[in-house]
Amino acid sequence: MVTGVRQVPDARGRSYAHPQVQAAWQALDCGFAAVADVFEECMNAALASFSKPQLDAYLEAARVIGKLGRGPEPLLAFLEEWPTVAAAASGDQEPLLPQVMGTIRVMQKSPNSKAITPFLQTLAAVARRLQSAEQIEVYLDIALNLMARTTGSIHGHHTTFPSPGLPHFLEQAPRLLSLLSTAGLRNWTDYGIRNYANHPERQIDYFSLQSADSHAVLQRERHGTLFADVERKLDLYLRALWRDAEQLVPYSTAFDELRKPIPYFDKLGMRVPDVFDDVQGPRGAIGGLERYRAVLAHMAGHRRWSSSIIADNYSPFQRMAVEFFEDCRIETLLIREYPGLRRIFLALHPLPGEAECDPETTSCLRHRLAMLSYALLDPQHPYTNPQLLEFTARFHETLGEGTSSTREMADLALSYVARTRRQSDQFAKVHFDNTVIDYRDDNRHLWQYIEDSDDEEFFDDPVKQNKKPAEVLSLPPRRYPEWDYQSQTYRPDWASVYEALHPSGNAADIDRLLEKHAALARHLKRLLDLLKPQDKVRIRYQEEGSDLDLDIAISSLIDYKCGVAPDPRINMSHRTDGRSIDVLLLLDLSESLNGQVGGQVGQKVGAGGTAGQTILELSQEAVSLLAWAIDCLGDAYAIAGFRSNTRHEVRYQHIKGFSERWDDTVKARLAAMEAGWSTRMGAALRHAGHYLAARPAEKKILLLLPDGEPADIDVTEPGHLRSDARKAVEELAAKGVTTFCLSLDPNADEYVRDIFGKRWRVLDRIERLPETLPSLYMELTR
Amino acid sequence: MSNKEQYLVRTEPFYQAQGREVILYEAAYAARLPVMLKGPTGCGKSRFVEYMAWKLGKPLITVACNEDMTASDLVGRYLLDANGTRWLDGPLTTAARMGAICYLDEIVEARQDTTVVIHPLTDHRRTLPLDKKGELIEAHPDFQLVISYTPGYQSLMKDLKQSTKQRFTAFDFDYPEAALETQIVAQESGLDAATAATLIKIAQTARNLKGHGLDEGISTRLVVYAATLIKRGVPPQDACRMAMVRPITDDADIRATLDHAVDASFA
Ligand SMILES: Nc1ncnc2c1ncn2[C@@H]1O[C@H](COP(=O)(O)OP(=O)(O)OP(=O)(O)O)[C@@H](O)[C@H]1O
Ligand SMILES: [Mg+2]
Repeated sequence: MVTGVRQVPDARGRSYAHPQVQAAWQALDCGFAAVADVFEECMNAALASFSKPQLDAYLEAARVIGKLGRGPEPLLAFLEEWPTVAAAASGDQEPLLPQVMGTIRVMQKSPNSKAITPFLQTLAAVARRLQSAEQIEVYLDIALNLMARTTGSIHGHHTTFPSPGLPHFLEQAPRLLSLLSTAGLRNWTDYGIRNYANHPERQIDYFSLQSADSHAVLQRERHGTLFADVERKLDLYLRALWRDAEQLVPYSTAFDELRKPIPYFDKLGMRVPDVFDDVQGPRGAIGGLERYRAVLAHMAGHRRWSSSIIADNYSPFQRMAVEFFEDCRIETLLIREYPGLRRIFLALHPLPGEAECDPETTSCLRHRLAMLSYALLDPQHPYTNPQLLEFTARFHETLGEGTSSTREMADLALSYVARTRRQSDQFAKVHFDNTVIDYRDDNRHLWQYIEDSDDEEFFDDPVKQNKKPAEVLSLPPRRYPEWDYQSQTYRPDWASVYEALHPSGNAADIDRLLEKHAALARHLKRLLDLLKPQDKVRIRYQEEGSDLDLDIAISSLIDYKCGVAPDPRINMSHRTDGRSIDVLLLLDLSESLNGQVGGQVGQKVGAGGTAGQTILELSQEAVSLLAWAIDCLGDAYAIAGFRSNTRHEVRYQHIKGFSERWDDTVKARLAAMEAGWSTRMGAALRHAGHYLAARPAEKKILLLLPDGEPADIDVTEPGHLRSDARKAVEELAAKGVTTFCLSLDPNADEYVRDIFGKRWRVLDRIERLPETLPSLYMELTR
Repeated sequence: MSNKEQYLVRTEPFYQAQGREVILYEAAYAARLPVMLKGPTGCGKSRFVEYMAWKLGKPLITVACNEDMTASDLVGRYLLDANGTRWLDGPLTTAARMGAICYLDEIVEARQDTTVVIHPLTDHRRTLPLDKKGELIEAHPDFQLVISYTPGYQSLMKDLKQSTKQRFTAFDFDYPEAALETQIVAQESGLDAATAATLIKIAQTARNLKGHGLDEGISTRLVVYAATLIKRGVPPQDACRMAMVRPITDDADIRATLDHAVDASFA
């Protein structure tokens, strides 16, 4: 079975001094030497914490696990980890063991027996996080659900393949649970199952936290206040209260557990954590947003009032003291500006007890400084230490009514370190508890180094990491979310939209097309003239107006003289008819546009269209005419096309920008219009919409010309892209953009109604597109 | 009708000068040069004109311009009565005849054709043609035209034409610096200076957001409102929200930020 194990001499004969251990070893009936090596240790731990029945259950479970035929690892993991699991779920471990054994049995019976080892190896860490049998059961349920839904479904075979993601999920479980609640874990897992049940490699990437969307969903499900959700509020906060427009850059707290990054700022911006949990301190609750504001206020204060000093002359202790004093000076000044900040700072600031640190055994300088720091901010502090009181007084005296300086704080700090020095300050064991003030930045800006020192590396490192990538030649993609109607959530950063200038062809071709439609153009021109903003429109029958309307005035006067009640509305006035319209014409350039007009069933080629013309050519004519018409009206307009080749490549081709004129450059692009690929409508709508939303006009119109239902080759699920497109239309409406669809697909009614609500029209006779499109536009904007 | 008395500013309005605008205005008046007052809403433009009219002892006729206003609303029109039609002077005509200072508030709000009728009054001709009546009025020697104009506040469509702008001397107004503004608010509302200073501070946080989601910051006028409410016993935080934050924005993020500024400003 497991190679390499058979050759080793059977360990069943191993003997132990302790009779109970010996008996247990016998009962276990295990031949693995590796297990025999640690068995005594494990038993000692078990004997210390288990009652007799618990011990029996433990050994029985171990015996079963030893006989699974998976080598010594699962048994080793179980023997070593179970006491911890049981302790974490203490009180109610009885129901938990059968649950765990049940899980193992299900795995063993399925093709997933390989996952038993990672399952047992991380179970203790998971239990430490979850801390209750009930929660651990939820976790087991999530794992089994994942297993059931990802096993054997590949290529439609029956329960033959193990779940590719399960072992990775089990390995990552402790880390996941440090960031997510079990509810969040379930959502995160569901997302991976839903999207990657049929892609073994991507499933592995997802569950081993390798892929971007895996991170993105994890981020979305996290507890606390996410930077991404409050970014605008923070920008506004900095600008409004501190007149600081610095760039904010979040760093990840999820994937850097070792270093525990601290906020800082440098030339490239202010770095803040990507998430802040609410804190429920003894001195009040502070929400994540308030914590962000505290961090920003503190850094803004440094940027306003701190200067840097040479670090080389100071010992590490002295530097630490300088930083504490300087941080307190900054916060005192901040509180002067906004007194309400005191409450927030104090609620976040630790309040160490005076007796918490033992100076006989431990270095207490940090502890002393943390108390002093609190005392400097809170006049009602509880401390009585005379040195602390003295320096508190000196600090306030130094500040006076002015701002003092970093330099003065450094002097005060040096004298503080000298006055309070203790032999034990040098001890290696430093008292850290209750001394970390996590809204303060790392103060790297405070120090200037002349000589390279070891510290230097620490300071350099993040800067190097954050170097800007080399200038990229093509535009990077913009990523848009996609709506998943099944889970009613967005798939974050799902579709990548690449924008490019449309290639150019021959502008004269477009002029020829326009000539071909000269008669139509003349007809349109008459209509356009009616629509065009007329500087003055007369409004008659006004009681108050700018001019006397003589006809009516005379008849009123006659009425008056005859003793009849005269019509008082004898004035007229003028109204200037302004139009404020921005319109973006978005063309579907997918493959189906290459179809022949005459080739469609039930289509009769009318007078306007020429037999054998493609829909693409017809669209070109129509768009040219519309462009010409809008140009006559003087509305601002843009033209773009789109097509897609999976969510990773949505092309958005720019044909005319709002500021471009209707000239040969634009006509040349229009002339080169080509069709291919698929129709990922939502992504294109969002991208076009972001341009329109930024336009100044009162009325913003997105006119979409699709020739089929939203579709793409990486989407099999019918209805997904349709519901995403509907969502995109709703998003645009919320931004003040009106979307209107003129569908070239005569059978479109059902889905266009679904996507566009009331704002759509289906073109029954596609050959009439050149005249329909401009008149539609005029109707819409009348 | 043209009773000069009724247009005189009888009691001295409180006006806190920000710079040398009083002397400079007097010089412009002495030369009868037209004046344009630029600056954000509620920063004291109207108050300044009122004060100058009082100081110079001239009648003041103020016209608040709006979108529906036409040239006839300024110049005058025919009305109907028992004897037929009768001409009624508009406020601009009245001012020109009587020798008043005519203050056209927010002139860009009015229609384009309105601005053209003031042209002959603003150059050496100092005349006002009443086309419909076939009369040409020579402006009274004391007449002066003053307009106000808030740049960037209206849409792009509404801007003064160069040919109009270049007929005026201009004063740039802005919200006064903090100490002065505090004094103004304290004086206007009777509120203590310390609280007034806090209100100004909050107003300034909003002014920092101009162009970043706010078209206009919190005006002196709104600060005076808030101060008045506090003086009448409304709790400061409530007064600030109601008179300073809520009126200026519907943007939830901005509201949250300004609300926070209000909370952070009061200990
Ligand atoms: N320099 C000042 N002296 C005295 N009061 C002032 C001064 N500046 C502003 N105020 C106060 O602000 C209020 C608004 O000023 P005013 O009505 O003159 O604004 P405005 O600039 O004309 O605004 P708008 O453009 O909206 O008409 C005044 O009622 C007054 O209380
Ligand atoms: Mg005014």
